[in-house]
Amino acid sequence: MVTKLKKVVSIEKAGQCIKNGMTIMAGGFGGVGNPPTIIDYLLKNNIKNLTLICNDAGFPHIGVGKLVTDKRLTKLIASHIGSNPNAGKQMTNGELEIEFSPQGSLAERIRAGGVGLGGVLVDVGVGHPFVEKGKEKVTVNGRQFLIETALTADVSIVYAKKGDPFGNLVYDTSARNTNPLVAMAGDITIAEVEQIVDMGELDPEEIVTPGAFVDYVVQSEGVNWQWAWEEK
Amino acid sequence: MGMGREVRHSIAKRAAQEIMDGMIVNLGIGIPTLVADYIGDKAVMFHAENGVLGTGPSPIKGEENPNLCNAGGFPITTVKGAAYFDSATAFALIRRGLLDMTILGALEVSEQGDLANWIVPGKRVPGMGGALELAQKAKKVIVLMNQTDKNGHSKIVKECKLPVTAKACVDMVITDMAVFTISDQQLVLEEVFAPFCVEDVLAKTNASVVITNKLLKGDIK
Repeated sequence: MVTKLKKVVSIEKAGQCIKNGMTIMAGGFGGVGNPPTIIDYLLKNNIKNLTLICNDAGFPHIGVGKLVTDKRLTKLIASHIGSNPNAGKQMTNGELEIEFSPQGSLAERIRAGGVGLGGVLVDVGVGHPFVEKGKEKVTVNGRQFLIETALTADVSIVYAKKGDPFGNLVYDTSARNTNPLVAMAGDITIAEVEQIVDMGELDPEEIVTPGAFVDYVVQSEGVNWQWAWEEK
Repeated sequence: MGMGREVRHSIAKRAAQEIMDGMIVNLGIGIPTLVADYIGDKAVMFHAENGVLGTGPSPIKGEENPNLCNAGGFPITTVKGAAYFDSATAFALIRRGLLDMTILGALEVSEQGDLANWIVPGKRVPGMGGALELAQKAKKVIVLMNQTDKNGHSKIVKECKLPVTAKACVDMVITDMAVFTISDQQLVLEEVFAPFCVEDVLAKTNASVVITNKLLKGDIK
């Protein structure tokens, strides 16, 4: 049983909470910081018809890009899909619905969901026909803003360098990216960590995500793809 | 975009002259990335919108940390004083106006400084990424691009035909042929690169352009 202090479980146990048709949210930016073991679990267990919220569509064989390539998504909310041509193809032929959000606005929408707000007021995109479309406008202190609505998910999946049994997380360099935001915004949050450490081993001063946001901690099996910059 | 290595590097080298000691600068993908190679001994904090301030040169082959990358997904190093943070904080720096400069690529730039660099309807729909925030909020926006597209048409235009990323945001355009500035919605030809002359540049610029006095005194007869 998972108690509030014993969240370390197998990927099979944690993965059971992700079901067909759910909205999931993944930390990561260009594949860096996407949780590889959880993504492989979804592929192996034929989880499909997902709505995915993520910064981008990864690369065809990297990170969340594998879910795109294997056609597991019906909708993607992202800022950029240019690094994964499969996402563009599926969008063009109607297989995949894509909602584009400016990158910083997307990060704030996720953060807003994660911190219990209904949305944020953003002036980026005011006067931009594509970005404004369908959004309410408000004027505050004489400045015009768009209401960017908050995003949450049934399940958030994140990648961290270290995690303890309470779910406290420490990230690694730029693999932090959207992970701490995504970790807060899931009804259930699964953290895939490189190294599981004992309670008390993480300095409270260095913890980025407090464990209260995390429901399951699973051991990462590491990245099993070749990065775009690696020689073939 | 069919541009030789030497030309790409000379554009980057010219752009690097705009960077002053102590600046915070974001470099886009492509030619802008090369700018970092030409800053000499200036102390510059390069910003990566995934969540790094203080990116350094590319790592030595074999010493890459796959988790430590720029926004384009390429391995980087960090300089002394660098910081890691989440992407919301990365965009806080941008939205709050703390970036002194952003250097990016473009599909079209209008004579008023409108920037089109995020979509070719029906052809290329990659999404905007962080382009809106960078174009709208950086103190100075410099565009590096070819003077013309692959059909020989000017990429500097009276009005953008492609959907605009942000209006009246571009301050400077550096191409393979020339340097332009845009202030008060007026396009000014500032420099012409050898072997071209002012007439060559004007012939490939489909917009109203004022020629700076120093060029009038020099090149034009």
